[in-house]
Amino acid sequence: MSATPRIVVTGMGWVTPLGNDIDSVWSRLMASASGMAPITRFDASTFPTTFAAEVREPSMAPFVADERVHAHAGLNSMFALGAAVQAWRMAGLATRRPTDPRRVGLYLGAGEGVLDTINFFETNIASWDAGSQRCDGRKWIEAAKGRLSAAREIEQEPNMPLAHIARELGIRGPAFNCLTACAASTQAIGEAYSIIQRGDADVMVAGGTHTMVHPLGVTGFNRLTALSTFKGDPTKASRPFSIDRDGFVMGEGSGMVVLETLDHALARGARPLAEVAGYGSSADAFRITDIQPDGRGAAAAMLQALDQAGIDPHATRPDGRAPIDYISAHGTGTKENDSIETVAVKRVFGELAPRIPMSSIKGMMGHLIAAAGAVEFMTCVLAIERGMLPPTINHDRKDPELDLDYVSNVARAAKVDICLSNSFGFGGQNDTVVVRRFEG
Amino acid sequence: MVTGTGTACGFGLGTDALWSALCEGRCAVAPVRAFDASGFRCAQAAELPADFDIRQLVPKSYRKATKVMARDIEIAVGAADAAVRDAGLVTKGTAEGSPPTIAPNRFGCHIGAGLIACDVDELTAALVTSRTPAGGFDINAWGSVGMTNLTPLWLLKYLPNMLACHVTIIHDCHGPSNTITCAEASGLLSMGESIRTVERGAADACLAGGAESKINPMGLIRQQFAGRLCALPADGDARTAVKPYAGEADGSVLGEGGGLIVLEAEGTARARGATIRARVDGFAAGQCACADTVGLDLSGAAEDVAAAMSAALRDAGLEPESIDAIIPMGTGIPSTDAAERTAFQSVFGPRTAAIPLVTIMPAVGNCGAGTGALQAAVAVRCLESQRLPARLGASSTDGVLAQAAPSSAAPLRHVMVVSAGLGGQVAVLILGRAA
Repeated sequence: MSATPRIVVTGMGWVTPLGNDIDSVWSRLMASASGMAPITRFDASTFPTTFAAEVREPSMAPFVADERVHAHAGLNSMFALGAAVQAWRMAGLATRRPTDPRRVGLYLGAGEGVLDTINFFETNIASWDAGSQRCDGRKWIEAAKGRLSAAREIEQEPNMPLAHIARELGIRGPAFNCLTACAASTQAIGEAYSIIQRGDADVMVAGGTHTMVHPLGVTGFNRLTALSTFKGDPTKASRPFSIDRDGFVMGEGSGMVVLETLDHALARGARPLAEVAGYGSSADAFRITDIQPDGRGAAAAMLQALDQAGIDPHATRPDGRAPIDYISAHGTGTKENDSIETVAVKRVFGELAPRIPMSSIKGMMGHLIAAAGAVEFMTCVLAIERGMLPPTINHDRKDPELDLDYVSNVARAAKVDICLSNSFGFGGQNDTVVVRRFEG
Repeated sequence: MVTGTGTACGFGLGTDALWSALCEGRCAVAPVRAFDASGFRCAQAAELPADFDIRQLVPKSYRKATKVMARDIEIAVGAADAAVRDAGLVTKGTAEGSPPTIAPNRFGCHIGAGLIACDVDELTAALVTSRTPAGGFDINAWGSVGMTNLTPLWLLKYLPNMLACHVTIIHDCHGPSNTITCAEASGLLSMGESIRTVERGAADACLAGGAESKINPMGLIRQQFAGRLCALPADGDARTAVKPYAGEADGSVLGEGGGLIVLEAEGTARARGATIRARVDGFAAGQCACADTVGLDLSGAAEDVAAAMSAALRDAGLEPESIDAIIPMGTGIPSTDAAERTAFQSVFGPRTAAIPLVTIMPAVGNCGAGTGALQAAVAVRCLESQRLPARLGASSTDGVLAQAAPSSAAPLRHVMVVSAGLGGQVAVLILGRAA
């Protein structure tokens, strides 16, 4: 069996509530800034949750060659194009395009597009037959023809960001979209890594994009009581790992990376930013609404990823450091997630767990749902590159049960060589990726 | 290795029902029962039979959870039950308390899903509580009170990964799991993920496939807007409505259905004495360059479809001469048919006109993410029985062997399955006759 190829990150881009380029977002993460504010995309004033972290002034103009080509792009596709083109440019692929587009693939964890909410709702209402308590099919189609548009309906298919990016970048290799709720883009990066490893592509663009900041998205999560309903300053609403945490805050945006084999990167003169060292994936297969309380499923994903990276979670390194330097937590700020994630990390690292800093940027950026894992993966790469750990903000009232090092409130300088990025989705999907400093 | 198949479609539950109906040349397309679709361009579809009852297909202890299953989830759960039984697997879902055949952490699950449409009757019953005096939607009333008319777990009916969530809980699959959402290509792409997962040793067996129902107002209107439906009034002749590869083809009909295939490592399958139903020979995936930006018009994508077919042949270590039949998309959508036809001609050359194309969409409709698994299950049956099912459609199909024909015996060594769907993703699977 031939040696497994090493896979490196050579490009990154994001469009987030804290900004649309690597440096400005990173500096805001380092400054403990918050992207939360009252929702502007629709009138949420009477909803249980009235705030979110929105992308300010989304625009494709700086990124795509010809905006007209993507004239019907929804927010999901717009975010994705912005992030993917930035990653593509950073990797140097915009100026020197890949020689064989069929060796370049695409693996996204993109969410469904935004519903044409009001037109859809009014179509339904117009066709309602109170007697039968059903929508009348003939009235519905007539109302729909007048209200709904072909372009907006097609844009809701979850594989539309794939189509837009493939078109913009000329990608013709293996193309997948996975939609495993909040774990989707970590899974996409992990699966893209596996595709390159087995030789089905040389280069993969991977990441995620999502917004659920729309009436039915907020409704759905409010009904599940998963969102924070904090009544004060929205920037204080997301409180991962705090005792008074009351749910996550919705974010939106996209994160995209370019992955390739080390040989391919070096041959074309690209600079490796970091190495992807391992990927683990498991299903809780427990309950539709709850996570395995003993953290077994989450731990299984972490253990697989560490095993693939050749890291023993119970052994310190020769210089006495803990086995890894940082965990980018899923850390949603829901009661259940944060306590079970803590249990799972202890299950994996045992008595070394308290020595590993673990933070959640969701306190600052909100929860980008399907796109969360990709931006968090990128945060790990930047932590390695810049020797800084992003903080968990609003960590003022500590939960005595949660006794790990959550990098409270302020960013911290640290030597960072190995990071682990966790994502856990509704429905029991657990995914973990290990990122390591690239050393030639 | 394929050790089992389970499908659900207009012909009912189980691959036996699908296969015998296809061989008899039956058509599951009929006027839509779920709602009054008479105002749509295509007023007929291939719905699951009325007696499909998900409550009978889950363990008693799980019946309560069927309340939060969208139709798409029901199809996946029903198909999973049929698949594990067909493969002779003991799981928590088929025999709770008995030791499972496959260790839970070695059992994976990759299921393709569509954009699950919400039940408009259920949603609208809640929406009408929040109306403005003029009859429009009052978002303030909705935010304060109206939304409480939706059941708290409402969202969980419609997350695409809930197909895999329910299936993994019922059958206790803790291994690698994923949900692929690439329209009609989802099913084969999911199988590709399972194949690679088993190959790299991360699982001993996986449930792979997909499920979807587009038979709801939103599913139908999206396809109508996309120009993908044929004109078929409620009293039209369903048997000749979809005419793959024919000059007079004008679109597809919709169906609901899907399936799960049990893909198992050869060692595990042989060790437990499983019946090997077919061998997985090759797989490949790619992205088409499309005439539009959203991947609707595949008319110029023949080269990309052909590239995926050639890559799958290379992966299988086979020459084109080894392929004895093809299960194509065969949607009857002219642009997709054109891309497939040209791709077949470029890969198979003059022999194209002699390779039987097994088209199933005229009989079971376009089942979206469920399509690939239905195609694969039919391929398995073709290889097992050394027989081609009957074909519906046109009486003449220029350049390809796809015209209406009865079932016939045929020596089949390898069958190629092709899915190229909306969005431009293409996947190709090659299955071989079990030795």
